[in-house]
Amino acid sequence: MTQSNTLVEVKNLKQYFPVTTGFLKTKMLKAVDDVSFTIGRSETLGLVGESGCGKTTVGRTLLHLYKPTGGEVWFDGKKVDAHSMSEFRRRAQMVFQDPYSSLNPRMTVGDIVAEPIDVHHLCKTPKEREDRVHELLKTVGISGEQAARYAHEFSGGQRQRIGIARALASKPEFIVCDEPVSALDVSIQAQVINMMEDLQAQFGLSYLFIAHDLSVVKHISNRIAVMYLGKMVELAPSKELYRHAAHPYSVSLLSAVPMPDPEKARNAQRIVLEGDVPSPLNMPSGCSFRTRCRQATARCAQECPALREIDPGHFVACHNV
Amino acid sequence: MAMLEVRDLHTSFFTPAGEVKAVNGISFNLDSGKVLGIVGESGSGKSVTAYSILQILTHPGRIVSGSIKFRGKELVGCGESEMRKIRGNKISIIFQDPMTSLNPVYTVGNQLEEAIRLHTGRNHQQARERAMEMLALVGINEPQKRLKQYPFELSGGMRQRVMIAMALACEPDILIADEPTTALDVTIQAQILELMQALQKKMGMAIIMITHDLGVIASMCDEVIVMYAGSVCERGTADNIFYRPRHEYTRGLLRSIPNIDIDEKERLVPISGTPIDLLCMPSGCAFAPRCERAMKICLEGRAPEVFVGKDHISACWMNVKEGMERNAIEYDGEGRIVRMNLDGGAGA
Repeated sequence: MTQSNTLVEVKNLKQYFPVTTGFLKTKMLKAVDDVSFTIGRSETLGLVGESGCGKTTVGRTLLHLYKPTGGEVWFDGKKVDAHSMSEFRRRAQMVFQDPYSSLNPRMTVGDIVAEPIDVHHLCKTPKEREDRVHELLKTVGISGEQAARYAHEFSGGQRQRIGIARALASKPEFIVCDEPVSALDVSIQAQVINMMEDLQAQFGLSYLFIAHDLSVVKHISNRIAVMYLGKMVELAPSKELYRHAAHPYSVSLLSAVPMPDPEKARNAQRIVLEGDVPSPLNMPSGCSFRTRCRQATARCAQECPALREIDPGHFVACHNV
Repeated sequence: MAMLEVRDLHTSFFTPAGEVKAVNGISFNLDSGKVLGIVGESGSGKSVTAYSILQILTHPGRIVSGSIKFRGKELVGCGESEMRKIRGNKISIIFQDPMTSLNPVYTVGNQLEEAIRLHTGRNHQQARERAMEMLALVGINEPQKRLKQYPFELSGGMRQRVMIAMALACEPDILIADEPTTALDVTIQAQILELMQALQKKMGMAIIMITHDLGVIASMCDEVIVMYAGSVCERGTADNIFYRPRHEYTRGLLRSIPNIDIDEKERLVPISGTPIDLLCMPSGCAFAPRCERAMKICLEGRAPEVFVGKDHISACWMNVKEGMERNAIEYDGEGRIVRMNLDGGAGA
């Protein structure tokens, strides 16, 4: 990917949260620790990992919903700071996981969708605003007449569509999708995924697609990043990751996905990881995965492995690869 | 005779807005030592079926009609004291959410021992020993220490293990697992599924696995029931359901999941429309409004369950039509199959 094609560049992003551990005692929880990646125009970067690995925090910190503890975000060649914030907020949007709690129950759907338009003063007349809202709702497959209804009158899939319409309202170039389909039923999930792909083609959007369902991520992403305990452990084109996962964590994560095929499921060699994810407050020294890794050596306990390129575009953070 | 026989079960919730037929006439058998999967979307009635078997439905819900026989004994209407002897002893359940299904104010040991003391007449000391044995069996380290801990001190995977230990402590004949891994991460899910399979082999109980995840079904189950809007769409061996689906809903469901093995980017084929409102059920097939191949008859009446192969039942008018074309089915036009001569033999 050439430099000019890069839309979002994240450099050494860090997000630490202070946690009270006792009377007058606080500890730093390293939710995201030194994560760097780029997202090209019209590209989808998938971000996978288990709960608590910091994938949602990456998305939120990237959009400056949290103030980053360290690191920089560059958007379209400009550093995101106080000066460029208003423009960045218009051009980068978010779709949230829970379609039930992310829509204000006291606002009509039309007002919810129009909120970004109002905030950024994108429409001059009420008529223009109304037309735009109807157009947006139509884009996501909801008829304009339903704009006067409230969120509770819609089903989960429709609410998620409304959330997407809201994200599209300010004509963004980049959308962070935080588990947009995990609360939906399988048959509805496919509808929303297809719609998101159509919208990407129509508006040239870039997505950061955060999910824990690996088959969905594989389907929608061009490249995939795997996170474990706040660090990125592998980054590769999606086909490459599914065929030749290199990091022991990615390998076991992929093998743990239950296949909807009885024959394959019977013959599958599941690599079952032992134990739980360590507490992020009490991280192991060196490589954070070493406590569950079968290939861990003495070196893993001392040095934290850095991401290095093993194949063009395929980055892994492991000493033993 | 099957260990558990469910016949024409109807369970409804009588809400102020009207009667919600959550389970609308389902029948199945469960033999000992088998794993039966029930798959369906939210609101399809899979959990309500499980709750009906154990009769732990909450108010406004109740069993309207039908029969549930456990080892030949009728459970519907048998009374609370009889049910208490069965729950947790002969038939136990693991709930979906390990975070909320343990009591936060009692220690893990206290909750585990309660079930054991109630059902087996062991004393305090013996119950404690059994609880420790069970925790070790489900792969929890330092069981002695864990028994004294409260649920909040354990991780999600550990809590689900405690739930499994509790459910299996009295060596039940049937374990109902209601979405046991939905709240867990994939690597922890793999651990729990592996554990359930190992324990099933060791203890020989039957499992009813309720889930919306077709992957979990494929890796665990011998037989599968696909439910939609409270009714059985299709029932058959896992291979039949996955490789030879005969109901349009099952086909749609299988088409709409992304295949992790395919490299080329294929477009997903979703099922159009939205799940049906259980308050206003159509007189015809519940899936007909979303079905691409719906015929006139699909809107008029519910399709009868038809044998489409050995141990393979489907309730879809397409199958009746195909059967009639092959002259294997005689249909009286009023919802009854007069004669059936398919591979499976007798009528449903």
